[in-house]
Amino acid sequence: MAEAETHAAATPAAAPGPGAAPPGATPARGPGAALLSALVRRRELSIVLVTIAAVVYFSVAGGKGFNTTNNYHIIMQYAAPWAIIGGAEALLLICGEIDLSAGFVYTFTPFVLTSFYDAGATVPFALIGALAVAAGVGLVNGLVRVLFNLSSFITTLGMGFFLEGMSYIQSRGEPTQPPIGGGLQRVIGGWRWSELVWALAIIAVLQIALSATRYGVYTQAAGGNPLSAAESGIKVGRIKIATFVVTSLLAGFTGILDQVRVGSFDPTSGGNTTMFMAVASAVIGGTALLGGSGTVVGALFGALLLGVINDGFNLIGVNAYAFDVVIGIAVVVAMLLNAYLASLRKRALR
Amino acid sequence: MTGEAADPNTAGTPAAADGAGAGAEVIRVERVSKRFGPVTALRDINLHVARGEILGLIGDNGAGKSTLIKILTGFHRPDSGRILFEGTETRLRSVAHARSLGIETVYQDLALIDGLPVYLNLHLNKELTHGPLPFLRRREMRRRAREALDSVGIEIPSVTAEVGQLSGGQRQAIAVARSVHSDAKLLLLDEPLAAMGAREGTQILRLLRRLKQRGDLAIILIAHNYSQVVDVCDRVNLLQHGEITFDRRSADTSVAELLELVHAEYRVEA
Ligand SMILES: Nc1ncnc2c1ncn2[C@@H]1O[C@H](COP(=O)(O)OP(=O)(O)OP(=O)(O)O)[C@@H](O)[C@H]1O
Ligand SMILES: [Mg+2]
Repeated sequence: MAEAETHAAATPAAAPGPGAAPPGATPARGPGAALLSALVRRRELSIVLVTIAAVVYFSVAGGKGFNTTNNYHIIMQYAAPWAIIGGAEALLLICGEIDLSAGFVYTFTPFVLTSFYDAGATVPFALIGALAVAAGVGLVNGLVRVLFNLSSFITTLGMGFFLEGMSYIQSRGEPTQPPIGGGLQRVIGGWRWSELVWALAIIAVLQIALSATRYGVYTQAAGGNPLSAAESGIKVGRIKIATFVVTSLLAGFTGILDQVRVGSFDPTSGGNTTMFMAVASAVIGGTALLGGSGTVVGALFGALLLGVINDGFNLIGVNAYAFDVVIGIAVVVAMLLNAYLASLRKRALR
Repeated sequence: MTGEAADPNTAGTPAAADGAGAGAEVIRVERVSKRFGPVTALRDINLHVARGEILGLIGDNGAGKSTLIKILTGFHRPDSGRILFEGTETRLRSVAHARSLGIETVYQDLALIDGLPVYLNLHLNKELTHGPLPFLRRREMRRRAREALDSVGIEIPSVTAEVGQLSGGQRQAIAVARSVHSDAKLLLLDEPLAAMGAREGTQILRLLRRLKQRGDLAIILIAHNYSQVVDVCDRVNLLQHGEITFDRRSADTSVAELLELVHAEYRVEA
C-alpha cells in the first residue's frame, strides 16, 4: 500500500510533490489532473467516489428516511456479510482462484453448530467445532484444487451443491432457533452493531495480511505467475489452500454471525445470492478475476455500495428486480473501469 | 568457508582431489537422467564445476540445458543418478532447499512476477521482515534493491516500478541482480544475456568475471552466443539430445570448433 506515494516521485505523470516543483517543471494541472492521477494510482478510490455519489443521491431522492440510524443499520445488515466474504473472495481472486461454495458454507455452518450443541457440546465448543468444520470445507476445496489440479470453479461448484443438500438434511428444511444466549450472543451478532465491528476488524486484518506481510506477496505471486512463484521456491499450493481455508472459515463465521442477529438459523438463507454478492463486492471494489492483484478494502466499499443501492431502491420504491439489473450492469462496468484504469496505470508508470 | 572442502566425503570423488579453497568442487552431477513421459530430456549426464570456475553449457534448442538447470535448482527431481553438493551426496528436495544450500538461479523465463514492483521481485521469497513480526520492511528492501541494481550497473528507472512495465533486457538485469546479490555458492544462469543489448551484455559479462575473481563461487552459464561463452567461461560442455558430448577448456577450443561440432550433426543427416 505504502508505495503509492513513492511511485509519484519516479513518474512524470504524477502530480508534483508539495513544494518540490523545480523551476521549469510542468505547472500543476489543477485538481482534475491530480484527481485523475490519484484514481489511477489508488484502485479503491473510484469505488469510494461512486459510493459517496450513491449516498448523496439517496439522501436527496430518498427523503428523510435515508439518513437515520435505523436506515444505517439496515445498510449494515446488507453490507457486513458481503464485505467479510467478499474480502476473503478478493484474496482468492488475487491468488487466481474463486470459491463458489462460500454462500452455502454460510448456510450450512450454523446447523453444524446446532448439531454439536444437540449432541451435548457446550455453546463455545459447538461454536469452535462448527468453525473447524467450515475451515475443513475450505481445506477440502483447496486440496482438491491443488492435488488434482481441478479448476476451483468446478471444485467449489460441487462443494456448493453438496453443502446446500447437507443444510436441508441437517435442518430437515425447517428454520431453528440459535442455541446461543447471553454475552456470547451479544458479541456474535446480538448487539446491534456487532456485525459492523466484526466486518471492519476482519477487513483490516485481511488487508494488512495482503499489503504488509509475506503472505500477501506470495498470494499476488501465486495468482500473477504461478510458475515464476514456484521457480522462486514459493509454495504456491500451500498459499492457495490456506486462502481457501480462510475463505470458508470466514463464510461459516459470517453465517453464524448474521443468523444469530436475525434470531433464526434458516436453510434458505445465504446460498448463491450471498456468494454472488460477495464476489460482486470484490470485483466492483477493484479486484480483477485474472489474479495477481486486487484489494480487500475495495471489497468493503463494493459491499457498502451494493448495500446502499439495495436499501436506497427500497426507500424510493423501486422494484426489487431492478436491483439485480443494476448489479449486473455495475459488475460489468466495474470490470471495464478496472481494465481501463489498469491500462492508464501502465502508461503512467512507463 | 574454505575449510569445508576438507570434508571426508570429498575424498571419494576424483575431481575433488585438487584440494580446498578455490578450485574445490561445488557441484558434481553423476549419471543423471530425466524423462518427461515419452521424451528423454537428459541421459546419463556427468558434469562438475569448481569454485572460481565458470562452466559454459551450450547446445541446440531442446537439448536439455534448462532441464539440467532445473534439476540443480531442485525444481525437477532426476529419475536416476546422483548429485554431490560440496562433495556430499545431496537430494535436492525443493527450490527452497536448494536455495538454502546456496544455489541461486536466473531461469530462462526469469521467474519474475510482472505485477510486483522491482524491489519485491529482487527479494522474492527472501523478503525482509521486522524480526519476529511478520511485517515487510519495504523501505529497507527498496534501499537494498537500489544497491543491488547499482552493483550490477544496469539502469532501472525506479525500484518501485512494476516489473511488467520494463524492457526485456531490464527484466533480465533484475533477474541477474537477484541471483548475484545473495550468498550463492553456485550460480546457474540460463541464457541471461538473450534479450540484452551489446552494452548491457558486456556489463553482465564483466560482472561474471568479477564474481569469478572472488574465487568462492561456481557458475554455470548457458548461452547461444559462442564467442561470449569462449570469452568468459573456463570450460565448455556441449549438450546434444540429452547427452554431454564435449567437455573442454575454453583455451583449448574456439568458436569455429564449437560451431563445427554443432553443425556436423546436421550435415551428416542431410
Ligand atoms: N515440464 C516439461 N514437460 C514435458 N517436457 C518437457 C518439460 N520441460 C522440458 N521438456 C522437454 O525436454 C526437452 C529439453 O527441454 P529443455 O527446456 O531442457 O531444452 P533447452 O536445451 O533448454 O532448450 P532451449 O535452448 O530452447 O532453451 C525438450 O524436448 C522439451 O520439450
Ligand atoms: Mg532452455
